[in-house]
This record gives sequence, C-alpha cells and structure tokens, in this order.
Amino acid sequence: MKNGMPIAIGLPARALCLVVCLATISFAQVEVLDENQAPGRALAQQATKGREIWITADHSKHPVLQNEFQSGPEVTAACLSCHELAAGQFQKTIHWTWLDPNVEPELKVGKGGLTMNNFCVNIQSNEPRCTSCHAGYGWRDKHFDFSNPHAVDCLICHEQTGTYKKFPTAAGFTVDKPTVFKGNGKTYNPPDWNAVAQSVGRPTRRNCGTCHFFGGGGDGVKHGDMDSSLMKPNKELDVHMGIDGQNFDCVRCHTTSVHHIAGRIYSTPAATERKSLIEDDLTPKILCESCHSRTPHKPGVKANDHTDKVACQSCHIAHFARVNPTKMWWDWSSAGKKKDGKPYKVKDDLGKPAYDTKKGDFRWARNVQPEYFWFNGAINTLTALDPIDPSKEVAVSWPVGDMNDPNSRIFPFKVHRGKQGYDKVNKTLLIPHLFGKKGTGAYWAEYDWKRSFDSGMEYAGLPFSGEFDWVETSYVFPTTHMVAPKEKALPCSECHSRNGRLANLTGFYMPGRDVNTVVRILGWIAVLGSLAGVFIHGLGRFIAAGRKEK
Amino acid sequence: MIGKRMINIYLYTRYERFWHWLQTILIVLLLITGFETNGMFKLFGFKAAAEIHNFCGITWLIAFAFFVFWLFTTGEFKQYAPTTRKMFEVIRYYAYGIFRGESHPVPKRRDAKHNPLQRIVYLSLAAMLLPVQMVTGFLFWSYNSWAQWGLDWLSLYVVATIHLAGAFAVLSFLVVHLYMITTGHSIFAHTRAMITGWELVEEGTEIEEWEQKERKTPQPVS
Repeated sequence: MKNGMPIAIGLPARALCLVVCLATISFAQVEVLDENQAPGRALAQQATKGREIWITADHSKHPVLQNEFQSGPEVTAACLSCHELAAGQFQKTIHWTWLDPNVEPELKVGKGGLTMNNFCVNIQSNEPRCTSCHAGYGWRDKHFDFSNPHAVDCLICHEQTGTYKKFPTAAGFTVDKPTVFKGNGKTYNPPDWNAVAQSVGRPTRRNCGTCHFFGGGGDGVKHGDMDSSLMKPNKELDVHMGIDGQNFDCVRCHTTSVHHIAGRIYSTPAATERKSLIEDDLTPKILCESCHSRTPHKPGVKANDHTDKVACQSCHIAHFARVNPTKMWWDWSSAGKKKDGKPYKVKDDLGKPAYDTKKGDFRWARNVQPEYFWFNGAINTLTALDPIDPSKEVAVSWPVGDMNDPNSRIFPFKVHRGKQGYDKVNKTLLIPHLFGKKGTGAYWAEYDWKRSFDSGMEYAGLPFSGEFDWVETSYVFPTTHMVAPKEKALPCSECHSRNGRLANLTGFYMPGRDVNTVVRILGWIAVLGSLAGVFIHGLGRFIAAGRKEK
Repeated sequence: MIGKRMINIYLYTRYERFWHWLQTILIVLLLITGFETNGMFKLFGFKAAAEIHNFCGITWLIAFAFFVFWLFTTGEFKQYAPTTRKMFEVIRYYAYGIFRGESHPVPKRRDAKHNPLQRIVYLSLAAMLLPVQMVTGFLFWSYNSWAQWGLDWLSLYVVATIHLAGAFAVLSFLVVHLYMITTGHSIFAHTRAMITGWELVEEGTEIEEWEQKERKTPQPVS
C-alpha cells in the first residue's frame, strides 16, 4: 500500500500536465496560423497588384491644344473636338445635374434642387458661391442651361498641373486677372490654359479632393473622413491611400462607367449586392467586400462572423478626422453679432473659426468617435417641402436601415448638428438667401434673417409665413475613408461592454452589453446564500469541535 | 472517530481523478471567463476571455463524451442512481450529527461512493445542469449557423440568459462543494482521496446491497 501511494500521486499530476500541454499546443497552433496572411488581405493585394495604367495619347502633342484659349468653355470645345461623346455622357451624371437620378427631376431631390442640409442649407439663390464646386461654367442662377456642352468643365476633374483654380464666388469660372478672395485671403490666378489643357489625364485624388475635401466651403467642414489630409496621407491615416503604402487614387475604388462614378447617390446605395471580385470580376470596387471578400479575416477569427451585421468600417475606422479637425456643430441662430458695428470672427484652440458674424457659432473636433446606426447604404434627406416637428431635434438626413434587413449593417457616422431656421407656421425648414449683393436680401450683406428667408424662399418658389425660429437639426455622413491599419482596429470591448459604443442600438442581445437583471440578481443571491450557508455550517462545526475538546 | 480503526481504501480510479480535475480546471476557467464576457469585471479582456471560454467549452463538450462512454462501459452510472433510502439519515447527519462527531450514516466504499444526497446532486449536475450549459453554450457558440440549421426562431437573448442562470447554479454548487470536501474525517481527507485515489474510512463498515453499483447474485452453473 505504501509503495503504491507515490505512483498514485504521480499519475494525476501527469494527467494534469498532459491537459496543460494539450491546451498549450492548441494555442500555439493559433500563434503559428497568425503568420499566414488573412485571406481578405491576400485577395485585395492580388486584386490591386501590378496595376500600371498605360495610355496611347500624349495630349501635349495635340494641335488643338496648342491653340490660344481665353476661357474654360473654349478648352471644353477643344476637348469635345475629339471626345465628341464626353459632354453628353457627363451631363447625365449627378456631378452635372446635382439631382438624384432615381427621382423624377420635377421633385427636385438633390442639392441642385430643394434638398436641405445643416451647413449653408440650400443652393437656391446662392448659386454663384456654391457652384464654384460644380464641374461646369456659369451656374449663376436657376436659368443656367444644363444642355450646353461647352458649359462642362473638363479640366477640374482631368487637369494634372494643380494650378487650375475656380474662383470661390464665380459660378464655376476662373479669374481673368489675379484676384484675392476675401473669404480666405488667397490669391487666385488665371490659368495657363495651354499648360492645364495639355496636362489632362485620369482624375487623381487632387482632382476629386479639390471639391470633396472642402465640401461645405472649407477643409473638413462636411465629411469627417475626407479633408485635405487625404491629399498626401500616410498609411496610418488611410491604409489604402497612404503614399507610403498602396497610394490609391479615389477612382481605384470609385470605379467609373461612362462618366458615372461608383458611390452612393442619396437613397441609392453604392452597391446593393455585396459581391467580391471572385464572384463577379466586373463588379464596381466600391465596397470593402469587393476586394476583401465577405470573410476577410483568418479562418476561425470571430470577426468573420460579424460581417453579416457589422460593417468593416465600424471596427476599422475607430475615429475620423484624425489629422485635420472637422466641423461638428453649426448654430446659425447666433449669427449677426457685431463688434464695434462690424462683423468679426473668433478662432478656437484648433485654429478653426469658432464664431463668424456671417454664420454663427461653430464647434470643431479632431479624432472623433463615430455614432453608429443600422445602414443599408441609403440616406434619406429632407427637402424644403417636407414637414418637420420642431419640438425635437430634426434629422435633416438620416441613414436608412433596420436590424432585420439582411442588407443593413451597423455603420459608423459623423453626425453634424446645429441650429437652422424653420417656418413656425408652415413647419418646414427655410432656405436662406446668404450670398449676394446689398438690397437683394442676402444675409451676408444685410444681416437681416427675415429678408434673407423671404428672398431665399421666394426664389425657390416656396411659401414663407414670415414667422421663423431656430430648430436643432442633425445631418449624417457615412464614415468610410481613413481606414486605419489593422493594428488600430477596435478591440471587442469597445462595443461588448455595458456602456460601449453600441449602447444606443437596442432591440438585439449583445454579449457583454446586455444582461437579464433578474437572473443576475437572483444568481448572486443564490451564490451569496450558499456562501452564507456553508459559513454558518462551518462555524457550527468549529464551535462544536471546540466544546468537545474541553 | 475514537475507538474505530481507519483503513485506506482505493476509491477513485485514475480516469475518475483525471476527469474530476480536468472538469475543475474547465469549470473554473469557464466561470471566470464567462462572467467576464458578461461584463462583470475585467481580467483577460473581452476577446481573450471569449476565446478561452469557447476553447474550454468545446474541450469540455468533447471530454464529456468520453465521460459518458466511461459511465456506461464501466457501469459506474449506477453510482448515480437516485434513492431515498437513508436520505433522511444523511440530511440529519449534516444538520445535526456532524456537530456531535457522529459517524457518517453512509460511508464510502468502492462500490458505493456516493451517499443519497450526493447521488441526487451529482445526477442533477451531470444529467441536467451541465447538459443544459453544454447545449446553451454550444448554441451560443454556433449562433452564426442558426439560420443554416433552421434554428433562427431561437432567441440569443433567451439562450444567453439560460446559460447565465446555469452559470450561477454551477457557481453555487462550487461553493457548497468546496465546503463539503472539508467534512471528511479530517479537513483534507476528501481532497487527498481525489488526488491519490485513496480514502480513509472506518474499518468494518458494511455496504448494504442497495448501495452497491452491481448486484452480483450467484447463478447456479448448469
């Protein structure tokens, strides 16, 4: 018996060692797999490797581009002398119409129509200022001829010198002589027409960024994930566009077809089918899934199970506006204050305007955590005709989606909030006339809201009761650029915790966030009850034993 | 204890002890990581906790299959057959006799390891609570395949809540179990037995027939 004991002790210990070893081995295997690349990365790298764009034309040699040009439309005419179909194609795209192509044009849905935002609200009556970002010439007012092929601005998207600048208030035209824009203090020079015309090529990110990085009239005003920091980003800011990495141009993902550029258009998602290039090699490369597939992570990684409900962006863009600040709040109601009878501006700690007599109060932020909503790729936006409920925050635009919709994902958004004018009687948002000369009702010349709304609504052909007030509004931007390196993806606990990032998304159970309170309380009562029970029992034994010894 | 001679008997086989301690490790890890993924505290971090939990859960599920195999091939399942005989005596012992130093009314023997109370508790554990935890845990783990398996009528919330309730039951069991192992002849007698397999029992205690896992009635050879 005595001899048997040590062996008996030894065996369970050895068995335990075996279990520990087995466990270590299986974890070690996971480690080894780590060295292999995630399939989604391998696929994407294959899809983008060895891509060299080659062309067969040298525009600097074209005789027609040696001509002397006086204006943009003359250059356009020269372009069209070879590219006969280009203007016709382009004029069918949203870049030209600024209207939702999937809605009857009479309904005027689109920023060229009556669709509202909570920045400068609407372009009606403010065209010359807004249309400096129109790829055309002369959209000065509602009488602009959208069928004139020579009004198309080919250069803004195709010239590659970087010297072609449309003047901010000239309805899309450049200047004839060097002119200072008072709004930013910069001098705008007339273009060297031959140089810019001969430089044309495929659009680069500077072409797109000239407008899209400065939407809303300034760097990072509108989008939280697009600003001038994406002109030459590093990998840290954007793994795809980083000049020290893949160095993608915008059109690498925003693929084109007859001048239509892939991407969301109002309530039309960028893509309705989530297909990868493996399933359809001609699919637009606009979704993450296009190149990375639906299960991009290593086999067995839980994140692969999340892709049916959580957008890639939700984890891989933990914060937006990581380099330049973006505007988060715009309160028009405080506009009009003057110092010594003069309009003035105040800058904030980030060097961005905090107050401007013309525009009111601003709040800017850097490294912003997105807000999350179910999103199927469509965004609905109010027009100036839609009734609102001013008793609470009015969503001027909102993501469409539902947790039960298989096409919806939890998606990160920048939500821009602010206060803007509404008609107290008609319960609609109001279009202000902002830009214009004194005597026209333009707010930036007269600082009279009543006259501004009168003028703006009349121009748009809409009723205005004359009574207005301010209402808090929100406007959403999907966050999809500024994808961070994989090491910077969100840890699970950012959402899987009691007050995590998805605390506001209700209606479904999420581990780590949700718990049945009754079960939790009863459970602890049971556990503590057991503890108390054995404690009392043990105490009894202890006392009884003591008594016996006496 | 006084006046009675104690003898060592070999009570727990190698596999039983291995199974017991493997289960101990798995249950403790599952409890810790489970409560962590439930958001009660932070130790491993959610990701690691969830991964450890899944690993232990699946390991347990596989190991449990071997346990069931062992139960039935060895006939040990009979040790878990519930009975009311001597149940009152056992309850009386733990409520009263134990304080007076009385002997346990149902002493352990190779063929009768469990007293009636243990039989009931271990049977409910092995046949009810643990299977419920395994089924709900497996469902939780395979959540993404529910639609494929035609199980999308299930509610993850309900599955998770049952799993959590089960976890509290296991933790309560653990508390009582940890205490009960101190009620042997000495505080560590039962622990020692579960490590070495050898347990000290009073000499000469008879095992009654109903306690034996097998009834060996001699058959006349024809």
